Order: sequence, then C-alpha cells, then structure tokens
Amino acid sequence: MSDPAIELRGISKSFGPVHANKDIDLRVMPGTIHGIIGENGAGKSTLMSILYGFYKADRGEIHVRGNKVDIPDSQAAIRAGIGMVFQHFKLVQNFTVLENIVLGAEEGALLKTSLGRARKLLKQLSDEYELHVDPDARIENLGVGMQQRVEILKALYRQADILILDEPTGVLTPSEADHLFRILEGLKREGKTIILITHKLREIMEVTDTVSVMRRGEMTATVKTAETDPEELAELMVGRKVLLQVDKAPAKTGETVLEVRNLQVVDESGVERVRKISLEVKRGEILGIAGVAGNGQSELLEVLGGMREGTGEVLLNGAPLPLAGAGSDARTRRRVGVGHVPEDRQTEGLIMNFYAWENVGFGYHDDPRYNRGPLMNNHALREDAEAKIAKFDVRPANCWHTARNFSGGNQQKIVIARELEREPDLLLVGQPTRGVDIGAIEFIHEQIVALRDQGKAILLVSVELDEIMSLSDRIAVMFDGRIMGERLPADTNERELGLLMAGITDTEHEHSHDEIEQNLAQSSGKAG
Amino acid sequence: MQKLPKWADVGLIPAINLALALIVSGLVVSLIGQDPFEALAIMVRGAVGSTYGWGYTLYYATNFVFTGLAVAIAFHAKLFNIGGEGQAQLGSLGVALVCLAVPWPHWTLALPSAIVGGALFGAAWAAIPGYLQAKRGSHIVITTIMFNFIASALLVYLLVGALKAPGMAPETVRFPEGARLPSAQEILAVVGIPFSRTPLNISFLVALIACWGVWLLLWRMRLGYEIRAFGHSEPAARYAGISPLRITMLTMLISGALAGLMGINAVMGEQERLLQDNVLGAGFVGIAVALMGRSHPVGVLLAAILFGALYQGGAELEFETSVPREMVVVIQALVILFTGALDGMVRGPLEKSFLRFRNKPKPGVPAE
Repeated sequence: MSDPAIELRGISKSFGPVHANKDIDLRVMPGTIHGIIGENGAGKSTLMSILYGFYKADRGEIHVRGNKVDIPDSQAAIRAGIGMVFQHFKLVQNFTVLENIVLGAEEGALLKTSLGRARKLLKQLSDEYELHVDPDARIENLGVGMQQRVEILKALYRQADILILDEPTGVLTPSEADHLFRILEGLKREGKTIILITHKLREIMEVTDTVSVMRRGEMTATVKTAETDPEELAELMVGRKVLLQVDKAPAKTGETVLEVRNLQVVDESGVERVRKISLEVKRGEILGIAGVAGNGQSELLEVLGGMREGTGEVLLNGAPLPLAGAGSDARTRRRVGVGHVPEDRQTEGLIMNFYAWENVGFGYHDDPRYNRGPLMNNHALREDAEAKIAKFDVRPANCWHTARNFSGGNQQKIVIARELEREPDLLLVGQPTRGVDIGAIEFIHEQIVALRDQGKAILLVSVELDEIMSLSDRIAVMFDGRIMGERLPADTNERELGLLMAGITDTEHEHSHDEIEQNLAQSSGKAG
Repeated sequence: MQKLPKWADVGLIPAINLALALIVSGLVVSLIGQDPFEALAIMVRGAVGSTYGWGYTLYYATNFVFTGLAVAIAFHAKLFNIGGEGQAQLGSLGVALVCLAVPWPHWTLALPSAIVGGALFGAAWAAIPGYLQAKRGSHIVITTIMFNFIASALLVYLLVGALKAPGMAPETVRFPEGARLPSAQEILAVVGIPFSRTPLNISFLVALIACWGVWLLLWRMRLGYEIRAFGHSEPAARYAGISPLRITMLTMLISGALAGLMGINAVMGEQERLLQDNVLGAGFVGIAVALMGRSHPVGVLLAAILFGALYQGGAELEFETSVPREMVVVIQALVILFTGALDGMVRGPLEKSFLRFRNKPKPGVPAE
C-alpha cells in the first residue's frame, strides 16, 4: 500500500481558551475523495487552514506523501502540491479568467509569456477534466458555478495534486453541484486526491470514498462511506440520535393572511430585484421560497419586513400595508403582527456587542413592557431574557454574555425566541439554519412547525433545498426576481426544483448543463 | 469573544500609551539639551502641585469634557464628528449673544439661559452636516471639518462687524456683571477652603452633570439603546425599525449641543467676552479625549483631566525653562498620537500575550 497523500499526526490548535483542534490524526489515501464532516465550530476549517498554512499548529506533524513537511504559509502548501478552493472565492472581479489563473504565479516580467503558457495549459486541463471555461471572460460576468471552476483551475495550474474544497456547494444549484461532483470524479480518476469539507450528509454519501467526522475539535471517526449511512453520520457529528426528517402533520390551512400582488422592488443602483410577483400565504401554512441566493428572495423579505421600500400591493389579514414612506418601517410591521427572523442574524437580527438580554428586546424595545418613560426597564428585559433563554435552551444560559459569544445555533435561538414568542400572525423567516449545527436545526424546525400548527402563516426563504422540501407545505421557486412556479412538495423533486431555480420552466426536456450555466451567468451578470 | 479583560482595556492600554508618549517626549526633550526628568517634574508640579495648578488643569479639563463627550456620543452612532471646534465656536457665539442680550441680574438666571443658547447654536451647527450625511450621504468627516472653517470665518465676520466692541481688538464688549459665573475660589471660600485665583468656575459642575447625563442617555434611555444599535449595524437598525435619519440627526444635535456648551466655561466663565479665537483647539483635543476615554463618560472625564494637566503643565514648562513653546505642543501631539492613532500598536501584542497567558480550554466554547 502506498503512502497516504496526507497524514496528520496529533495536530492541536487553540485560540485562547478555545480548543479548536485536539490531537487530530487523519490519513487521506491518494486517488480518493475524502469527506470531512462536522457541525459548525467542530474545527474543520481550522484543520484545513493549518494544512494550507494559514494557521500554525500548536503541536503535531504534517506528512505529505510520506515526507514530513513544514507549512508556514500558503506558498509552502502550494509547493507541497496542496491547492485550496475557498468557500468565498478569492478572484479579482474585473480580471479575465486567464489573468486570475496566472495571478501570483507569473513567470518573468512580461505578462504575455505567462498568459500564453497558461492559455495552452488551460485548454489541456479543461479538455481533460470537463472544466470548460472561456479564458477571456471577465469574472464579474460569470455565474458562481463557473467562478468555482476558475478556482479549481487556479489550483491545478499551480500543479496541485491534493485539492481541498471548503463547503463548495453552498452557493450552487443542485445541477451545478452535480456537475461539480462529476468534475471531482474526473480528477480522482486522474489520480488527484480530494478533500471535501461539508456539513451536508447527502453530498458525503454521494461522492466520497471515505469520511471523517469531527465533533468539538476532535476527530471522532473515520469510516468507509459505503459502510455507513446518514443517520449514523449525523449521530457521530452531534453525539446523539438526530431526527433528520421534519416530523409534521399535514397543514390545516385557514383564511389568507398575507397577500402580495404585483410587488416590485428596485434597489439603490436601479436594478429591478423583485419583478412584480404575486403570492399568498394562508393561516397554518408554510410557504417556502426556493432559489439560488441573489434572485430577489432577500429583497422580498426585506420589503415585507419593512427594511426596504417597494411598489405594488401587500395585504395583511385583508388590510393594505404601506410599502413606502410613513408606516412602512419595521416598527410598524411588528405592531401589526409581522415577525421577522432575518437572513443575516449577525448584521441584522442581533447587535453582536449587546448582551443577550439587550438583544431579547431588539425591535420590540419600544414595547411598554420594556420601558419606564424615556428610560429602558432593564430589569424587565433581563427577566424576559432569562425566561426565553430557559425556554429555548440557549447555551450558555447566561443573559450577560454578548451575542458574539454564543455559537451560531444559539444566536439563532435568541432571534427565534424573540420573534416566535410574540406569536405573530405572519412570520418571515430567512435562512433559519444557516451556520447552525444539526442539533439546533432540529429544534428550530420544530419551533417553526409548532408556530404553523398554532394557525400562523409562515413565509420561509432558504437556499437549502432540503430545508425547503422538508418544511414547506407549498414551494415557490424564485429566479431573477420572478416566481418561476409553485409546486407541492409531494408532487415535485429536487431535479425539477433545481431546473426552476436555474430559470428553466420547461422541465420535461433534458437540458444541458451549459445551458443552465449560461442562464445563471446571465442573471447574475445582470444582477451584479 | 472578549480578547482582553476589561481592566486591561480601560486601564492598562491607556497607561502604556501614555508611558510610551512620555518616553518619546523625554527623548525629544533630551535631544534639545534639556533634562527630561526635570521637565517632567516641572510639568507635574505645575499641573497638580498646587491649587493654582489644579485650578487651571480642571479649567482646561472642563473644556475637554464637553468636546470629548461630543465626539464620544457621535462615536456610539459610528459618526465621526470632527467638527467639535466649529460647533464649540458657534456655541460660544450663542452663549455670548445670551449674555449680551439682557442685563442679567444674577448668574443663576444667566447660566441656564446661556446653557440653552450655547447648546442650541452648537446643535444647529452640527445639524447641517448631520442632515447632509443622513439624507444625501455626504461624508460627515468632510462636512464637519469644512464647517469648522465656516464657523471660524463667520465669527471673524461678526467680531469685526456687528458684534465688535469700540476699539481695535476684534471682540465683543464685556458681559454684564450679572452674567459672571462664580469661580472655584469664591465657591470654596463659602465652605472655608482656600483656593487660588484661577479661571476654574461652576461650569466644571455642569461638565460633571453632562457626563452623568450622557451615561444615562447611552445606557439607560431608549434613545441611547437605539443610538448604540445603529452604531453597531445600520442594517440591524433598519431591521428593528430604528430610523437611520432620526438617529443620525438626534445624535448630531446632542453632539453639537455638548460641544457648544464649552462656551459657558471658556467664554462666560473666563474670557467674559467673545474673542475671535476662543476655542483654542479644544474641539480637536476632544477627539483624542474620546478615543482615550473609550467613548465612556467616565473615561472621557479622566482623559480630559489628563489633557488638562498636560496643557497646564506645558504652560508651566514653557514659563520656567527654556523649552520652547513648540516643544510643549510636540509633547501634547505625541500623547494624542500614541493614545489615538497608535492605539492598535499596543493593543495587538497585548491581546496576544493575554491569549497566551490564558491558554487553557473551557468547555462549551465554540471553536472557529
């Protein structure tokens, strides 16, 4: 048996009191796809950052192809044949594909020779691995799937034969993700080694050969993918049995709570983000809005939540809501019974420097309950915070912690507690489980379903198709500011929704991936 | 997570900054052939070695409390109001107009009116940049600094024209006797404490009340909650239904009013007439005071006293030795440089050493 492509021995890394990696051992065999799975904060990214030279391990050894190496910076990692594709691409937007690939690896003073060489190599690489990209296209005109390919090509151009991908499918449609996996399979056939970091069990099961599970900074297990199943992996990740499927009764819908007619949103730079859409949500129902990020869902939520102005007609329980000017602000929306769990809890839903108890009143801070004349009733706020923290099992259960000091899942619980406890007639929910660990996901989903069962209307926006499929009673797909269609979860599948998300309504035909790519690139080009 | 314990953030870092500034100042002083230790001794003695020194130190500190609070409260809304100078000048104008308008019978009537006048004029001067920022997106740093120049020009225009007293100097006539504020010497004499004749006056108490008021506003009132929330994240403010326009305007009005209050100390309490240059850079010192005081009223008060001592000690140094006046300015500038601009130079290494020191794992703390 050959030497492992990568072997980590006893890697430990602490950030102050936080033990991000504890004595990690990992062997990645050459020519395999090795998945690393774990909840947010389990230490996956830290481990890969050590491997790529961003952090220095406190203890431990790194061996590449049997040789002990020292990786003080990313240049050393590249020399060792390690390439990394980050979750957030590191591309120069107004450079061409070719320029981006050469950037940082130029030879000589004249750019022309490097570019010429790169062009030849790029052609060879794209033929070999199905990595087709126009070398002269500007990055800003490419869709995210294409940009990701550029990142992969960048690594290959630097002669990486070990490729690390950090949460690569977070921004992709299902069909783009499938294409990516085919590319990875191709790379594997050519003998490359791939490390795939993800929190999505489905992807692990689909493409990996071996999977390592991390929990709280420790490597808890490494198993052959063929010999495991999602339930076991989830249990290994969380440390207890987890319900992967949302348990809910069929919806008992009542009268219409939210009615949206011809809603249009034009953003600050004059781009039409929401193009005259209409929809309605009834009592006791969850309407899920699926779509790739940036297709107008955020703006839809913001208008309904009173954070942004729009035109058209929105009725709440039959009464029109102002969409611009006086009374269109979030304060008024809350007063008439609209709760809002925003997409980005860190810049919108919470004030990160505020204590938990201060955040519990955020948005409702003019409630007479929290006030005594012009003064805040901090005592009432703290009492309320303690009750909510106990009820929603926020950990650590200390209302004197600042929001920043809670994990993603617990931050989200604070937001959910605040918004759900008010029992709003309409709850707007954006990305409820983004960056939230599996254990908390289960809890948050239960809470949302419970609110539905109380007869409240819920509008859910999520880029996680799994979440949309399992929570929604009805699914609407948004693409380029329009609603491409509505489906019932029972009558549709990921493939159909994926095509709608890519703007293709005619779902009967087979569509080439290039066609989908083109469609997405056009829409994002317009949007940007 | 909290990188530094609170005591290090509010105590240790300013102390190290100050020490570094003094060391560099010492080097500069010895470069021009003077004894740095003797210079330091003179400065300390001059600033706090007598009731005379204390009087001047606290008089200057009063000015800096007002301008420091003005900058600090704007910081909380993430507004960098560097127009304290201009707002203080306009505030002085407001104070002077109130004092000159009526033959005041007693200072107890004149002081509240002057406070209103100074605050209104300062607030009005800050309102325009505030509005331009909130409505038109004109950057507040640019507009407030431009308004400093306009304020200064406006004052000159008035002092050589409409408000000019007979004679050569560009200044107003003396304020009526009834508008004179009681000095610290007079107040302390009532309780039998001897104190030197200094410009320190009752405005110092007004400054202390202002500190308490700002604390109450920021950490106890709904408006303060909204100001701090808006300062941390504007999208969050919009999410919570807090109007950015309203908060920007109110914060700038309060900030300008605080800067304007400086006029009661300098103009009403000391000069007793409106001079052409009555602010003497206190508006800019306020920025350093707010930075060093971590935008907290108590910190502002302490930093203001420190800068007051530097001013007074510097004046003594100039008086007693051949250290030129410019050297005093250099020392003050070094303190501002180290406490304000170079804060990160100390903070970074200190945070690292603290982290290394407390390098023990705690359960339940998320990684990454």
